[in-house]
Amino acid sequence: MHPVRKQRLIVVLCVVLFSSAAIGLMAYALRGNINLFFPPAEVAAGKAPVGQPIRVGGMVVDGSVQRSDNSLRVRFEVTDYQASVPIVYEGILPDLFDEGQGAVAAGVLDENGVLQATEVLAKHDENYMPPEVADALEKSRAQMGAGNADKAGKGQGE
Amino acid sequence: MWSFFHKLGSPPWLYRITGSILRWLLPLTLIALAVGAVWGLLFTAPDFRQGNSYRIIYIHVPSAVVALAGYYVMAFAGAISLIWKMKMADVAMKSCAPVGAALTFIALVTGAIWGKPTWGTWWVWDARITSMLILLFLYLGVIALYEAFDNKEAAGKACAVLTLVGTVNIPIIYKSVDWWYSLHQPASIKFTGESSIDPSMLYPLLLMIGSFYALFTCALLMNMRLEILRRESRTGWVRKLVGA
Repeated sequence: MHPVRKQRLIVVLCVVLFSSAAIGLMAYALRGNINLFFPPAEVAAGKAPVGQPIRVGGMVVDGSVQRSDNSLRVRFEVTDYQASVPIVYEGILPDLFDEGQGAVAAGVLDENGVLQATEVLAKHDENYMPPEVADALEKSRAQMGAGNADKAGKGQGE
Repeated sequence: MWSFFHKLGSPPWLYRITGSILRWLLPLTLIALAVGAVWGLLFTAPDFRQGNSYRIIYIHVPSAVVALAGYYVMAFAGAISLIWKMKMADVAMKSCAPVGAALTFIALVTGAIWGKPTWGTWWVWDARITSMLILLFLYLGVIALYEAFDNKEAAGKACAVLTLVGTVNIPIIYKSVDWWYSLHQPASIKFTGESSIDPSMLYPLLLMIGSFYALFTCALLMNMRLEILRRESRTGWVRKLVGA
C-alpha cells in the first residue's frame, strides 16, 4: 500500500478507536443512569432513592395481584428472585400485564418500601410462538412431573 | 482484484453496471417484499401472548436491522473515500444517509405503534430507543453537514469523519438490551443456538430481513446513479446518454 494511504488508514482507525473509547467510557461512567429501572434486589439493598421518581422492574409475583372491588386500585409485587418490591397503582394496566410476566412501574418509593406507582408498563420476553405450540409446551411441561412445575413458565399459556 | 477496484472509481462504468444490477434486483426485491409481507401478515399464526399485534415485527425488525447495517456501509464508504480519495465512495456515503434515515425513522415509528398495545406506552427513554434516536440524528447530521459546505470535497471529508465517529453507536444499539435494564427484550434471533421465535414465524421474518437488505441496496444504487448524473452532468458521456 502507498505510504500516504497507509498513514490515512492509520488515522481512520485511530478516529474510530479513540472516539469509541471516549463514548464507551462515558457510557460506563453513566451506566447506572442508562438503566431504565432498578431491580428489586437493589431497592431492597437501599440503592434506590426514597421520595424521588424512579422505576422498578421485575417479574410480577404469582398470586400477588390484589384488585380493589370499587376502584382501579391494584397492589402487586415484582421480584427478581432475590428480593421483591410491593407496588400500589391506580389506573388501567396494559393488556399484557399478568402474573409471572415482566412489568416496569414508575413512581415514588415511600418510607415503608412500597412503590406508589404513577405508570405501569408491561414487559414481554423474547419468546414468540403460535398458541398451539404454547399449549403443547405447557402440556409437556405438566407431564414432566409436578415436582419442578413451579418454574418461571407457569401461568403463561393462556 | 485491483483493476476491479479501479473500475469502481469510473463513473460511466459504475453507472452502467449499477443499471444492469438494478434491472433484475429491483423486481426480485419487490416480489420478495410482497411474498414476505403477505406470508408474515396473513399466513402466520398469532402469538400466544401478543395476539396479532406482534405482526408488526415483520416491518419493525427488518427496518431496524438494515438501518444498523446501512450505517456500517456508509462508514465503510466514508473510510474508503478518506483513505483512497475515491469520488465514487464519497457518492456511496452520501447516498446511504437518506436511505438509512428513512429506515431508522420507520423502525422508530413502528416501534412506537407496537409499544402502545404491548408495553402500554408509545415512547420510553430506554437505552435501545434512545440510541436508535441518536442513529436517526447521525444520519440526518450527515445529510445536513454535507449540505452545509460549499466546498464539496471538504463536505465529504467532514461527513466521512462524522460517520466514522458514529460507528460506536451501532454495537451500543445492538447490545443495549444485554448491557442495561431496558424495556426491550433480548434478541429472539440467535446466531448460535436455537432462536426463541417459533420457526413458522422465523422464516417469513428472515425473508423480510433479506428483502429489506435488497431494498436498501436498490435504493442506495438508485440514489448513487442520480448523484453520479448530477456530478457528471457536464461530461461527454452523460450528454450522450441523455441525448442532449
